[in-house]
Amino acid sequence: MASGTELTADAAQGAADLAHEAGSGGMPQLDFGTFPNQIFWLLVALVVIFLVLSRVALPRIAAVLAERQGTITNDIAAAEELKQKAVAAEEAYNQALAEARTEAGRIVAEAKAEIQAGLDKAIAAAEAEIAAKSAESEAAIGEIRAGAVDSVKAVAKDTAKEILGVFGTKADSKAITAAVTARMKG
Amino acid sequence: MATEAQGSEGGLAFHPLDQFIVEPLFGGEGPIHWYTITNVTLWLAIAVLVIIAVFIFGTRGRAVVPSRSQSIAEVLYGFTYKMVEDVAGKDAIKFFPYIFTLFMFILVSNYLGLVPMSFATTSHIAVTGLLAITVFLSVTIIGFVKNGAGFLGLFWVSSAPLVLRPVLAIIELISYFVRPVSHSIRLGGNIMAGHAVMKVFAGFAAIAAISPVAVLSITAIYGLEMLVAGVQAYVFTILTVVYLKDALHPSH
Repeated sequence: MASGTELTADAAQGAADLAHEAGSGGMPQLDFGTFPNQIFWLLVALVVIFLVLSRVALPRIAAVLAERQGTITNDIAAAEELKQKAVAAEEAYNQALAEARTEAGRIVAEAKAEIQAGLDKAIAAAEAEIAAKSAESEAAIGEIRAGAVDSVKAVAKDTAKEILGVFGTKADSKAITAAVTARMKG
Repeated sequence: MATEAQGSEGGLAFHPLDQFIVEPLFGGEGPIHWYTITNVTLWLAIAVLVIIAVFIFGTRGRAVVPSRSQSIAEVLYGFTYKMVEDVAGKDAIKFFPYIFTLFMFILVSNYLGLVPMSFATTSHIAVTGLLAITVFLSVTIIGFVKNGAGFLGLFWVSSAPLVLRPVLAIIELISYFVRPVSHSIRLGGNIMAGHAVMKVFAGFAAIAAISPVAVLSITAIYGLEMLVAGVQAYVFTILTVVYLKDALHPSH
């Protein structure tokens, strides 16, 4: 049986060779004598490829892809978390800034009030001093004025006495004083 | 070989299909048994090694921040996973390792086929045909296991007028059985055609007058083939996922 198929194969091979040598362009693809050989080795190759791929390569690649997917998911989650933290930090910063601004405003207002108070006090003291000084001055002026009036009276009396003395009249001191006082009022 | 001798004499020699010949790697022109180690075996093994390099050694760091090779593995994983989930739904996820195996094998083989002097395994109808038939059988079995006779509802277009339904059922049935054919030939044909066209242009490069044009054309087509290699791997895979969706949710 085996030798029979071999014989057939040989015959086919011979025919193909003959056709080829005759230059009729016999296609090697249609040389059926080589079919068992090609099919056998193709099956061997396919089985080896299938075993290599399905037993080793594909599970390995699937594992790597799954691991990468997991890593990416984790990294994205971590990034999301960090982003949240950054947002929180920014909020805290803004809040601190606002607080600092309020505090600064308060301190400025306080300082202003303090300065104003000091200023008011100083102004009041100065005014009081000025008032005292002017009162004092007024008193002195009053005194001087009074002094002046008395001096004028005395001078007027003396002058009147002298004038009367020149005219030969013995001046009555009392009458002169009364007259000068009356004139001074007028 | 006679043809090669003719080529070395200086005439124009086009052997665009020689690159697809399956030959034993050791022991010359012996017969090719099913167990013979051939250039197909070599390039299938290289594809397996590339996949191991990217998906085992590339991801051995298990880094959360991936290295370059780990990024490649992860992008391919994520892309395929999303495609299965979006097209066929959540309940198709348990078939994801099978679809990923298919996608990685075709993608890596397509690009390995573009390495100069390499052998494009996905240009062979034996390879793409086996892949397509496997998909077809798996999807059909899954459809019947999951839905029982309800899977036949896939062929009964309930939104069409009743008169048309038997006709549509026949068309749907034919299109269903044509699926593995178009599925496999689309991939194999695209890869084979691209490689053959490059070889034809390479043959033209032997003529000095047109060799600049030929070299430029090879460069351009190579760029196009880089695109085709990715797109065809993607198309094969997404069609598989669409067929899987039909099996899981046969109602129109």
